[in-house]
Amino acid sequence: MASTTAVSSPPALGSFTSEVLAAHLAAQAGAPAWWLERKRAAYAKFAALPLPGRTSESWRFSSVKGLDLGGVSLPEPAGAGMPASALRFKAAATLTFANHRLVASDALPAELAARGVIVTTIAEALRQHGDLLQAHFMTQPQRLGSEKFAALHAAFVGDGAFIHIPKGVELDHPILVTHAIVGDGAAVFPHTLVVAGDNSRATIVDYFTGGGARCLAVGANDLYAGHGARLTYVAAQDWSRDTLSFQLNSTVVRRDARMQSLNVHLGGRQARHESLSQLQAPGGFSEMLALTVADGTQEFDQRTLQMHQAPNTRSDLLYKNALLGSARTIFSGLIAVDPDAQKTDAYQSNRNLMLSDAAEANSLPGLEIQANDVRCTHGATTSRIDPDQQFYLQSRGIPPAAAHQLLISAFFEEVLGRLENLEIHDALNRLIQAKLGA
Amino acid sequence: MPDTDTLATEATTGNAVAGIDQSAGNFKYEEKHDFDAGTGLTARTVDYISSVKKEAPWIHDFRQQALKTFFAKPLPTHWATRDLENINFDKIRYYLSNGQKPKRTWEEVPDDIKRTFERLGIPEQERKFLAGVEAQFDSEAAYSNIKEAVSKQGVIFVNSTEGLREHPEIFRKWFGKVIPTGDNKFSALNSAVFSGGSFIYVPPGVKVSHPLQAYFRINAENFGQFERTLIIADEGAEVTYMEGCTAPKFTTTTLHSAVVELVALKGAKIQYITVQNWSSNVFNLVTKRGLAHEEAEIKWIDCNIGSRLTMKYPGVVLKGRKARGEVVSIALANDGQHQDTGAKMIHAADETTSNIVAKSISVGQGRSTYRGVVHIPAHLKGCKNNTECDALLINANSRTDTYPAITIRGSANNVQHEASVSKVSEEQIFYMRQRGLTEGQAMSLSVNGFINDLTRQFPMEYSVELKRLIDLEMEGSVG
Repeated sequence: MASTTAVSSPPALGSFTSEVLAAHLAAQAGAPAWWLERKRAAYAKFAALPLPGRTSESWRFSSVKGLDLGGVSLPEPAGAGMPASALRFKAAATLTFANHRLVASDALPAELAARGVIVTTIAEALRQHGDLLQAHFMTQPQRLGSEKFAALHAAFVGDGAFIHIPKGVELDHPILVTHAIVGDGAAVFPHTLVVAGDNSRATIVDYFTGGGARCLAVGANDLYAGHGARLTYVAAQDWSRDTLSFQLNSTVVRRDARMQSLNVHLGGRQARHESLSQLQAPGGFSEMLALTVADGTQEFDQRTLQMHQAPNTRSDLLYKNALLGSARTIFSGLIAVDPDAQKTDAYQSNRNLMLSDAAEANSLPGLEIQANDVRCTHGATTSRIDPDQQFYLQSRGIPPAAAHQLLISAFFEEVLGRLENLEIHDALNRLIQAKLGA
Repeated sequence: MPDTDTLATEATTGNAVAGIDQSAGNFKYEEKHDFDAGTGLTARTVDYISSVKKEAPWIHDFRQQALKTFFAKPLPTHWATRDLENINFDKIRYYLSNGQKPKRTWEEVPDDIKRTFERLGIPEQERKFLAGVEAQFDSEAAYSNIKEAVSKQGVIFVNSTEGLREHPEIFRKWFGKVIPTGDNKFSALNSAVFSGGSFIYVPPGVKVSHPLQAYFRINAENFGQFERTLIIADEGAEVTYMEGCTAPKFTTTTLHSAVVELVALKGAKIQYITVQNWSSNVFNLVTKRGLAHEEAEIKWIDCNIGSRLTMKYPGVVLKGRKARGEVVSIALANDGQHQDTGAKMIHAADETTSNIVAKSISVGQGRSTYRGVVHIPAHLKGCKNNTECDALLINANSRTDTYPAITIRGSANNVQHEASVSKVSEEQIFYMRQRGLTEGQAMSLSVNGFINDLTRQFPMEYSVELKRLIDLEMEGSVG
């Protein structure tokens, strides 16, 4: 293995100078002191950390040259010019943000609001639910390499979604949060925070859309599934093709809770997704799913960490990538089992479907196991469409092109099929097919 | 990757992890500075080694250049264990001339080592040699016999000094070509101070019927601490090479850094078998790589039982069409040991195939790590890789890690990687105990079963000894 001299690049601020921070803090003047203090501390951290270098192990295979934070600015609030939503299904409530400002919403049914369900903005939560926000907003560890960008997010986050499902409340319909970029050169920091109380049940959908030339999106979320909660989180990322995107997922799974997350990656020029799931108490289960359609010169960089911190926890990860054009994907996953997390059952799988001769798939499926009574397996495969399957379909009279499409759909269906909500399933499928058809 | 390494904070020699007897490596030296280069590494050390060996100027230049590379390169601790920082390069003897023999008496050999020899059934004379009491074992004759037998077929089987001096027309062409000096810090170190090792050339079409055993050849000289091996199998030739032995080997030095280069020309086959059982004070940092031309086959069988830290990732560069590479790896890490092993497969031609099977066993606080690289560049067709790594954890505080890196370009290749971690099945143990075996015996049997499909690929005497050794390692790991 070649070793190279570690070059520590000087801290890079890009467009985010201290003047920009001062202006941003001035605009947030009404916010509580702890919030502003966190922002200042986060900015100091952002400014102190270097950009990832070529030798950083957590950025192995990534095009670190593309991580340029210059040439963007915090956008003006926008209302007009919203892209039409391509994600439609029956929702219990919706929030739509354009350039950090709430531009539309559908309120919860009165019955749910009466039971204490909260679907609101972070700005509102700062006024009404400061304690909950303070306890959960970006309090989980960042360990996957984007510490600098997480700090940038915390420093400049404008607004976002704040969702609280009280103990024992079950939502039959999902909550849809749309984060849109309007205009060119915009830097946005979408945030979604979900606290699912004990034994509650909910589905939350984040939809990222819009953007023009040279945009930057650094999104983060905090998902907390209390004891016995069942939380489903779906994110569909469909930024413009000239957006540098970061999406940082953090999940906490408590005793007997079930967490399902599905990230669909379609847009962006270079998109990094980090997903960290902490199984903190016995009986917790985290299902981590992702689908990527990469084409042109797109790069999708996915880093995951399944942290088994308590005995008798389970995790199941399946990340599937379809690669066209000269796209690149990187999957780097790690199952980490703590010394006392006996009876862990963890699975990690990365499947890459190569649909072009110029595409490149990198796979780094890792394990770090410090307990012996565990079942931990991982698998990674990279291959093209199976010619035998193609032949079989053709022998049944299906034209080659249709057979090809069918097999690609089947590749994605293995993941999509795990969603309980069929409307979301269909909506995501349409988004994926639209990209494949383009 | 997050790396919470428990060994990182320890002092240079005091390995605090349970059960390590550091005295195993305590040898006495006669201080005769006329005959060795002393401790530490400078350009003078390299000059000295080169002059003692009466080397050609190009080798001397090669060494000096390598030394510069070694100094320039940082330790690879951004991905590797920080235990590497415990190597004190200034306290190491880089070369012992023939006049210098480490000595100790049989009485000074620790009891557990004597016991191990007994259990392995090693002859009295050989025990003394292995324990470092006698520097010469009766290997000279065995080596001469082998050398004579194969030289009739035109095979050259010599050490690195002789190889470069007597046959530069054969060896210079490939020397340092498969593993360039600057490949990593430790290959640079080896290139600067190498001595010993085997240089082998097998002429076209010659199939060497018996495995060539380095054991006899190296025993006939000083132990090679910075061995340099180069094996060239010409077109259609076949050779098997065996290095090391299953008996624990007690060494005078704490750093071992070998470089092994294999070149299989068109249609040739090379099989390289290693059994490493250094004492647990040794840093064993080895670079091994083969270059397989068209339709050639290179197979590494690599078994690591000893040492404090082993870092070794045998690789094959599949350069010619239909070339084939294989790595079979067994690692056993006991208390205080870290076996950081794996494989590298670099596909560089169409229809090349590679196969990696790695099995590791972690006992007590042992840590085993698999690291792998599989690389298939764009526009190659019909390449296949299959990787399987399985880890067995014996005790609750045992540790295993897996860090593969797979890069595939293009749509005409197939790669699959699978790994699993498990413990010994309670049902199996229960069944065997119910049949009258003790828990320890049952555990040994189960562990031997885990690696049985791999040990079968070893020569018979090796696999028998390996089994005994595992029995030995498993003792005291249960209950």
